Formats: sequence, C-alpha cells, structure tokens
Amino acid sequence: MPGPLLHVKDLRVRYLPESGGKVQALEGLNLEILPGEVTGILGESGSGKSTLASTLLRLLPASAECSGCVVFEGEDLLTAAESKLRRIRGSKIALIPQDPAVSLNPVTRVGEQISEVLRAHLRLSRSERKQRVRQLLVEVGFEDVDRIVDAYLHQLSGGQRQRVVIAQAIACRPSLIIADEPTSKLHSELHCQILALLANTVAQHDTALLLITHDPTILAGFADRLMVMYAGRLIEQGPAESVMRRPLHPYTRALIGLSHGHTSGNRASHLPSIPGEMPNPLHVMPGCRFEPRCSEKMGVCATTDPQTFSPESSRLVSCLKYGN
Amino acid sequence: MRFLLRRLLRALLMLLGVSLLCFAFTQMAPGSFFDEMRLNPQISPETIATLRAHYGLNRPVPIRYAHWMLSLAKGDFGYCIAYNSPVGPLLWTRAKNTLLLTATATILTWLIAVPLGVWSASSRRRLADRFIGASSSLMISVPEIVVAVALLAVAVRWRLVLVGGMVSLGFDDLSLWGKVRDLFLHMLLPISILLLGGIGVVERHVRASVSEILDTPYMNAARSLGIGRMRLLFRHALPVAANPVISLFGFFLAGLLGASLLVEVVTGWPGLGPLILEATLSRDLYVVIAATMLSAILMIAGNFLADLLLIASDPRIRDGEAHAQ
Ligand SMILES: Nc1ncnc2c1ncn2[C@@H]1O[C@H](COP(=O)(O)OP(=O)(O)O)[C@@H](O)[C@H]1O
Ligand code: SF4
Ligand SMILES: [Mg+2]
Repeated sequence: MPGPLLHVKDLRVRYLPESGGKVQALEGLNLEILPGEVTGILGESGSGKSTLASTLLRLLPASAECSGCVVFEGEDLLTAAESKLRRIRGSKIALIPQDPAVSLNPVTRVGEQISEVLRAHLRLSRSERKQRVRQLLVEVGFEDVDRIVDAYLHQLSGGQRQRVVIAQAIACRPSLIIADEPTSKLHSELHCQILALLANTVAQHDTALLLITHDPTILAGFADRLMVMYAGRLIEQGPAESVMRRPLHPYTRALIGLSHGHTSGNRASHLPSIPGEMPNPLHVMPGCRFEPRCSEKMGVCATTDPQTFSPESSRLVSCLKYGN
Repeated sequence: MRFLLRRLLRALLMLLGVSLLCFAFTQMAPGSFFDEMRLNPQISPETIATLRAHYGLNRPVPIRYAHWMLSLAKGDFGYCIAYNSPVGPLLWTRAKNTLLLTATATILTWLIAVPLGVWSASSRRRLADRFIGASSSLMISVPEIVVAVALLAVAVRWRLVLVGGMVSLGFDDLSLWGKVRDLFLHMLLPISILLLGGIGVVERHVRASVSEILDTPYMNAARSLGIGRMRLLFRHALPVAANPVISLFGFFLAGLLGASLLVEVVTGWPGLGPLILEATLSRDLYVVIAATMLSAILMIAGNFLADLLLIASDPRIRDGEAHAQ
C-alpha cells in the first residue's frame, strides 16, 4: 500500500475576530488522504469544513492561528517557506472554491484567468498556453470554446462558472483537488453533471479528491472514504460504503437517516435538519459536543469528552457508546 | 456603447452650460465698449451706430450668442475689441504652457502614486504602509500655497532651480540638450509643488480601493492557485481597483488645473494662470471669460477621457451592466 499523500496531525485552528472572543474552528484533527482516493468530508454548515480546506493550503485570514502539522510530500505545509507554498498551491494541491460567482475576477477574460494558473507554474510559450486553455475548456465540457475563452464572468451562467473554476483547478494536473461544496450554489439539475465531471477527471488522472459537502446524497457511490465533522472535530471515519450503510456515530446516523427520507428526485435543495443547533464555538462546554442533540446520550456524555475508538477494523468513531 | 453616448452627451451639455454662463457674464458686465465713445464729442452718433453694427452689438442676444459660439468653435474665443483681434491666439500660447505643466504633473503623479498605493495596501499595517500613510496625510493637509512658497524660498535661497518664466534669456542659442536642461530646470519647481499636492490624494484612493479588493473571494481564489505576489497585486487586484480610481481621475484633473493656475502665478510660469490674473486686474473681460471657458473645456475633456478609460478597463460597463461595487 502506498503511503499517504497528505497527512494531517492534531490540527487546531482558532479565529480571533476583531469583535473579540475566540472561535475554536478545528480541534485536533487527524486524517490521511491516500493518492488517487476520493475522500468525502461531511458536516453541517459551521462545522469547520471550509476552515479545514483553507488550512491545508495555509490560506487562513490573518485573524486565525493554527497549530499541528499538514505533511505533504514529506514537508509540513504549516511551516514551509511562502515561496515553496506558492509553488504547491494550484500546481500540486488545487482548491475549487465554494462560490464560483465571486471566485473569478470580474474584469479579466476567462481564458486569461485559466492561463494565469499555467503561467504561474509551468514554462510554456504563449501559444502553448492558449492551446492548453482550449483543451482544458473542452475537457470540462464546453462546446463553444471560442466564446468562453473571451467571455467575462458576468456573461456566464452558474454551471459555466463552476466548470471554469474546475478547469483552473485541473490545469496543472495536481495530485490533490479540494472541492469545497462544489454543487451547493448550483441548481439541483446541474449537481449530477458537475459531480460526473469531477469524478471523470479525477479518475482519468488518478487525482486524489477531498470532496467537502453537507449533503450525504452526493457522496453515495462516489467517495471511497468518508469523514464526518461536527463542531470542529472528526467524529467518524471509515470506508464510505460501510459508513453509509451502517453509521456508528449517532450524529452520522441522524444525517444519513435524514438523507434517506430525502430521495434525489426531490427537488427541494435544502436538506431536512437534525433538531437543535451546533454548540456555540465561543462558549465551549465540557463533555461530548453532540450531547445536547443526541438521542442516544448517556449520563457520562455531559461530562466526559469522548476519545476516538476503533470498534471495527478501518472504522473510527468518537462516541462514548463504543468505549468498552 | 450606450454608456459612452450618455457620457458624451453629458460632456456636451456641460460645455453648453459653461458657455451660456460665460456669455451671460459678458452681457451682465456693465456698459459696453462704445459707451466711452459716446462721451467723445468728436465721434458722431452715426459712427458709433455703424461700429456697433459692424461688431454685431445691435443684433438680438441669441444671435450674438450663436456668433460667439461660432468664434469659439473656430478657436478665436471671441473678439477683443480693444486690440481689434481675436482672443484665441493669445490664449493658445499660454494654454500650451499650462498643458505642458499639467500633463507632466499628471503623468508623474500617477506613475508615483499608483505603485505607492498598491504597495501600501499590500503591506497593510506594516512599517511601509504606516510611513506612506503618514506622508500622504501630511501632503494632503498642507495647502498648496504653503508648499509653493516654502519650496520657492528654498529654491531661491540655494539656487537649486531656475525660477521665473519657462526658459532662460539665451534659450534659442542653446544646443538641444541645453534646451531640454533649461526647460527641465524651470519646470522643476512648479512640477514639484503640483506633485506634492497630488500624490497624497491619489495614493490614498489607490490604497483604499486596492485593500478592499485584496479581501475579496476572487483574490483568495487567485492566491489558492499559486499566483505570485506581484502579479496578484498588479494584474489581479489593480485592474478591479481601477474602476473607482479612474473615477477619481476626472476630479483629480479639475483640482490639478486649479492648483496649476495658482502655482504658475507663484513661480512665474507663463501659462493661463498669470494671464487670468492680469486680465482680471485690468478688467479685460473677454480674456477672462475666454480663459475660463478654456479651463472648462480642458476639464470636461479630462472627464471624458476618464470615462473612456473606464470603458476600456471594465467589461461590465461595456455590457451596460449596473456598476458592480
Ligand atoms: N474569518 C472568520 N472569523 C471568525 N470566525 C470564523 C471565520 N471563518 C469561519 N469562522 C467560524 O468558524 C466556524 C467554522 O466555519 P467554516 O469553516 O466556514 O464551516 P463550514 O465550512 O463547515 O460551514 C464557524 O463557527 C464560523 O463561524
Ligand atoms: S458520546 Fe454520548 S452524547 Fe456524544 S454522540 Fe455518543 S452517545 Fe451521543
Ligand atoms: Mg463552508
């Protein structure tokens, strides 16, 4: 078995907003991403998924502090030199941002924006770059490449914008793509198209994909491994199929149970939600973070912070029910 | 295109408004040139009537306005009765000198202020930013006239530059290099004063709009793609920040022209400034009005230039979209 492509150890991130207070957004994350694997990260809004994505590329705002390690190709990205990081961003690890409508430059042509990525990392002549841009646009499914190359952001539809940011992300054939809710801003009819496109490209180039989402339905049959986040922690992980079929953590059960009632034919784009809210990250309470909403809670849950247990091989879960 | 047409129409309307105002002033000025002749017993009323007819003074006001506009269009800028010649040619030589001064000052100001603003924005709250910020505040808060007098005093005392006029007496005998040098030394003082006045304002605006852009999601996205710092600033942030900065350009030109007239008077630069001053003092009404009209035209042309730049820099405006941000 090959070693991991990316290894995250005890990652902690805290926001210190100007308004005061401390928001513990990530609390001791440990995870591994294997080469060529599709890893799904599942969690409600506010659980820290986007924070994780930015931290992996060290793109947190100045108001955040982080500790731990993000080891990629034998080097800790959290302490690497800025110039080294620049060469990794976009060329070895690429990020597909959450909202393409605001992630593209409004006054630069689409073709140039894709060309910029090539220019930043590869030694190509002008005409070679042009050629590559057109190939990439075809690859992400455009037919009228001539028009798209010269188009501006405001002339594109939501789906087209999403394809353009995907083209930017795959431009340098990275070994890892992080996609932060790639379908959440799209009309539900486009979800399948964009997911199929992502699945195709990563399969073709043997790229690892970290697919971040709050919607379990889009992970079914796509993700190899599944990690579930709650309030800044990974509370369950394992092979995707096994976790989906038989979730261990009460939170995962609730999430996946809800999504079963919500068939993909249903066009309502918002998912039903678990009753209750995530704990306020400004006021950390003792005990299990999920305790206030948990339907299977026990007496100890309010006072004891659950460790991570491995009740079965290749499955991890942070819940006191599985403590012997 | 519709944007361009609207702006063109606006420029023309402004021009019309200014010309109406200027013409109104000529009409409001008490008396006419021939009133004095009437007091002279040697000139018969018939002669005066003929003269009035000759200069068209007995025709109705709208027709006289049309005539005046015609002379404007020809570049004559009205007729100076006292000298029996059009005001235009006199004005043009002066206007060229003013233009030389303001155009040079504009180019230098923007060449210096834009990189400073971008640099300041990108090193937010660090030493460079604080230093640039403090210098700008100082430049903005000290009035031009104080800067002008102070620099003038220093220049005269240490004979650093040539003061007064535009060229030295023996200019025509100098070699080409000598001519350039002479002109440069004469320009140094007025240009420095104008730069000190302008750089601060422009730097401020550039910093403000660039630092707003730096926090946007698309700058984060560009960063996540590994684009280098300099390219990020000048190729990604600046073109978006250009929109509000270009809008400033029109106001900047207006301010610069005003400042230039003042600076010309103080440093003795033979532009429109001293001419307007002399003409005002000697009640040479037509010259004053023509000079005012010319300044207005320069200003409107500057604003129109800014609009053209806006269209060139922002595809959303070209497509007739509402101003994003
Ligand atoms: N720039 C920031 N400043 C302060 N708090 C932040 C900032 N960004 C995110 N947070 C907080 O961190 C937590 C995790 O946010 P985020 O990573 O965006 O979650 P997700 O992507 O899962 O919705 C939330 O409580 C959010 O309010
Ligand atoms: S530790 Fe207790 S409260 Fe937390 S998820 Fe498990 S059972 Fe529920
Ligand atoms: Mg998010």
